[in-house]
Amino acid sequence: MPATSVRTSQGDTPPGGAAPEQSAPPRRRRRRRFNAAELPRGALLGIYALLIAVPLVVVAFTAFKTSQQMYADPFGLPPSPSLDNFAELLAGGRLGTSFVNSVIVTSISVTATLLISSWASFSIARIEGRLGTFLYLFFSLGLAVPAQVAMIPQYVIFRQLGLTNNLLGLVLINIAVTLSVAIFILTGFFRTLPKELFEAAEIDGASSWQLYWRIALPLSTPSLAAVAIFLFVMHWNDLLYPLLFTTDPALATLPKALLDFKGEYTTNYPVLFAGVLIASIPMILAYVLLQRWFVAGITAGAVRG
Amino acid sequence: MRLRRRLDPTVIAFLIPAAVIYLWFVLWPVVQAFQYSLTDWDGLSATFDWVGTANYQNLLTNDSVFAKAVGNSLAFMLVVVIGQTILSLALAIALLRSSRISIFLRALFFFPTVLSSVSVAFIWSFIYDPTFGLANRLLAAVGLGSWQQPWLGDQDMAIYYLAIVQIWFHAGQMMVVYIAGLQQIPQDLYDAAGLDGAGRWQKFRFITFPLVQPATVIVVAYTTIQSFKAFDLIWASTQGGPNNATHILATLIYNSAFRNFEMGYAAAQSVIFMILIAAITLLQRKAVSLVSGRVD
Repeated sequence: MPATSVRTSQGDTPPGGAAPEQSAPPRRRRRRRFNAAELPRGALLGIYALLIAVPLVVVAFTAFKTSQQMYADPFGLPPSPSLDNFAELLAGGRLGTSFVNSVIVTSISVTATLLISSWASFSIARIEGRLGTFLYLFFSLGLAVPAQVAMIPQYVIFRQLGLTNNLLGLVLINIAVTLSVAIFILTGFFRTLPKELFEAAEIDGASSWQLYWRIALPLSTPSLAAVAIFLFVMHWNDLLYPLLFTTDPALATLPKALLDFKGEYTTNYPVLFAGVLIASIPMILAYVLLQRWFVAGITAGAVRG
Repeated sequence: MRLRRRLDPTVIAFLIPAAVIYLWFVLWPVVQAFQYSLTDWDGLSATFDWVGTANYQNLLTNDSVFAKAVGNSLAFMLVVVIGQTILSLALAIALLRSSRISIFLRALFFFPTVLSSVSVAFIWSFIYDPTFGLANRLLAAVGLGSWQQPWLGDQDMAIYYLAIVQIWFHAGQMMVVYIAGLQQIPQDLYDAAGLDGAGRWQKFRFITFPLVQPATVIVVAYTTIQSFKAFDLIWASTQGGPNNATHILATLIYNSAFRNFEMGYAAAQSVIFMILIAAITLLQRKAVSLVSGRVD
């Protein structure tokens, strides 16, 4: 698949169906004339932009309202913005705890998956011939395993190992379920690295660890970053495994905690949306700051998985 | 001269952690799922009985909730695949030209993808809330009060309303795949077609659509699998309710195993689930190779 990015270079040509104004003089600001053919395009973009933006804005506003204010005017600005909803959520310490749990589980899961999968990928790419191909296919098989098939036995195994109600268990299952995607992407990349590089280093007496650490990893930063972001989003947002493996509220990650709040607050949307904001802030920040990487990473990982 | 390379111990050691985790926590569970599916285990008792194919027979002949979930999975998949593919292609074409506004809109449309399913489910249960939700308010405001719905409370339609949520959630992501695909199409083709007097529709029909096909294959294949696996979204929205009306297979399996404690029965459901996904994937590959006249 070609690299994907929200941005495109300035030189991009517009091949799509909506490409009038073909002979416009370059480098001059054109005055936009009204163009009837542009109308459907504008309508599509305008309507879809509202469809995405309005709910997000309403959620953000609602988090700073009281229930009464929400009932009275769901679309309007908060008449007297207050942090009470946030205070209520944070008061018992439960949301704070979940936030910390999510940070712990996600950061360790991402780091460990990257480490383990990059080791394996390095080896698979280094092993030539049939064995290398076999290992590659063997690990890729996991891409075809739906979570719902493995989850029942996984639950039983983890219970026997005492890894349910245990953050380490969540880390382990996260590694297990994303290992195949990560190996698939990274092996694909490691194989494109020129062999001569490794051969030259070997002649100079470099060990395999040095080849991995000094050559393969530094040259793979873009792939590693893409995989890291994909894993970050997936693990941070995951609901299934926390739901399966943790019943103790003190061990809930954010999505699980939010769902528990839904049970308590049912239609108290101002409080629920305060929770949504808190849970989404790291993602939103990362998305705004690392947008190009984000789009490429999530899409590459997801499409391959 | 070719030297037969001796395998370095480090290279072997590097494979071990991945192999252990993968075999123990991924492949072995799949094997076990098949085993469990032949038992009546409840997941808690120390003992269970082998029941042969009884679970499968029950599921296929005698379980209306399961049949409903299979139907829902397929309906949900069809609506999402068709809707999301068309919408994401249209958005990609509309936003292909690089301008400040189109870069901003691409970022906006992609944004829901980074939210958690739980957050998206909350946002949409607020929109769909029958008494004070945004959807019904908006309908009333524009004089279409008679169109107001109970939305997710409507047993016949709720699964389709959830399909809309799924499309809202992920269309932006597929738009990005399409934009990358569209950028591969050389501009010359459009110029030449333009000289030959091709109109917009003809350009789309004879250039864009056939040449963007590799991206379409990716989008359709990915959207299919993604909609089959939409557990998080549906569980956080409705938990399969009301009255089992919005169960897809992914939520039903969870419900059977961890709510009703019918592990054996749920395992049989999961095996059928896997077979269905494999069958649909194969069908799609076959369709693609028929259309493009080659097998890859």
